[in-house]
Formats: sequence, C-alpha cells, structure tokens
Amino acid sequence: MLTFEDFKPGHFMTLGPRRVTREEIIAFATEFDPQPMHLDDEAGRKSLLGGGLSGSGWHMCALAMRMQVDGYLNNSKTLGGLGVEEVRWLAPLRADDDITLEVHVDQARQSNSRPGTGIIHFRSEMFNAVKQRLMMIVAIGLMAAREWRG
Amino acid sequence: MRYFEDVIIGARRELGSYTFTPERIKAFATRYDPQAFHLDEEAGRKSLFGGLAASGWHTAAAWMRTAVDRGAGGRSARQADGDEALAGGPSPGFKNLRWPKPVLAGDTITFFTEVKSKRASITRPQWGLIFVLNTGENQRGELVFSFDGSAFVARRPVAASS
Repeated sequence: MLTFEDFKPGHFMTLGPRRVTREEIIAFATEFDPQPMHLDDEAGRKSLLGGGLSGSGWHMCALAMRMQVDGYLNNSKTLGGLGVEEVRWLAPLRADDDITLEVHVDQARQSNSRPGTGIIHFRSEMFNAVKQRLMMIVAIGLMAAREWRG
Repeated sequence: MRYFEDVIIGARRELGSYTFTPERIKAFATRYDPQAFHLDEEAGRKSLFGGLAASGWHTAAAWMRTAVDRGAGGRSARQADGDEALAGGPSPGFKNLRWPKPVLAGDTITFFTEVKSKRASITRPQWGLIFVLNTGENQRGELVFSFDGSAFVARRPVAASS
C-alpha cells in the first residue's frame, strides 16, 4: 500500500491509454451535461468547439479520477480529496479517443492539522492519441503516512 | 434568449436540487470513482466521511445538470419560471473547487450560481466570458461544494431583428 512517504515531487505515473467510446460520452452527457454539443455531431459542428460531438469537461474530470483510482489510489492509504486548485479544458474530448494521463506530484507536505497524514498536490495532464493536450488538472489529496493510526 | 449583454454582475440564481440516494452514489462511483467509501456503507462509516459519501465529481456533475436544466447551455427556449435560457458556450476551465463537507447518502443539495464579473473575448469577437461563483448547500444550509467557474456566452447578434 502506498503511503504519503511514496509521493515525491516529480513525474509520478503515466496511466492509460483508455478508450472513451461515443456511447460513454453520450451516456455521461445525457445524465449530467445534456447540452447539444455533447450529444449530437451536427450540434457539435455548429458549436464553438466544432468537429462533431465532444465529451463534457466534467466527464474528462471523472475519467481522470477513474484512471487514478485504478492506477494507484485503490492501492494507497488515501483519505480523500481536499479540492481542486485548477482545471483547464484545453481541447475537446472526441468519440473513440484513446486517452492517457500523466500524473505529476507538484508538492507533498505533512499536514499540521491532522498528524500522521500528508497533503499532496497532483498535477495531471490528459492527452489524446496524437499527444494533443486535452486537460490540465491540479488536485489536492489527503494521504495517510506510515505511522497513521486513523 | 439571454446574451452576454444581458448578464448582470451580482445576480445569484438558485439552479435546482439533486438528491444523493445510495443507488445514485454507488452507480456513479462504480463507473468513475470506485473507492470503498463511495461504494459501501460500512467502509463509508469507517472513513473520515462518516457515512456512504458521494464522489466529489458526482457532486460536480450534479451541479452541471442543474445548471443545464436552468438553461446554461441554451437547451431550453424558455424555463418554467419565465427565465430565458442563456446563450452559453463551452467553459475554458475553473479554479478553487472545494468540498468543505461530505455529501452523504440521503442528502439533498441545492445549487446556486452567482455572476462575479464578465469581459468581452479578445480572440472571439462574437463571444464574451463570464466568471461565476458556483455553490451547493445541503438540507441544513451547510456549504458542501463551491468553485470559481467561467464560461463563454454569445454576444447579442447585431443583425437580429426578431
């Protein structure tokens, strides 16, 4: 199990590739972000994003979460997320994109208010198959250290 | 349709509510955030959350749904309460997203949006950018969610006469 001590500043892990299907994009948008540009190619073409339907930005956040849960969080003593400093949606997610996520540790420090835990700033960048950067996210997580007793 | 020119600084709108049933919490977590405290009541109780807790991204997605239903994406021509839909476009991103308290099974969260500032887009003359504070409160009025959002909004077409 990974603990706070295992997270050092620098490149941490590259996750994926993971295929995002058209059906998945439409299913997420139907439930949480039913704007026409996320549901329909023609509406997507006419939108500011152009080029056919695009995935919801919140879907990109959720996909980044899932890749990190599978990639390392479920093998760690994570205590949960504290927040997100910033998200930049840089290019649209498209149907059948194969995405990768490059995870970097920007900062790792011990928590003053919760002894035995640490606060980690993760900066992750999502790319498509042609290495176009789709999203940048800086998230803050709380992680138990080895001596944490809970 | 409401355009960039119609957006009033300081206006705060209630977007709507979303109830986090155990079924909805687990369905979202199964797909996007399968950590034990989002999937299992007992694991949730033992965690810092103190109960089956919604994924923070589920809370964010529910905010988006209420915003779209209130016309953020220009989907509905006119809302039930008489508000006109906003000629909204995509968002370049957000800052300072916080989950100050957990959202637990059974909680009903009411979401709000407040316009803080706006400016014309330099690169896209047909669009402006608005900056908004978006929040969510539980049934006890406690803040559980907030972020500083931004979005493109279309400028009023010059030639439109209808």
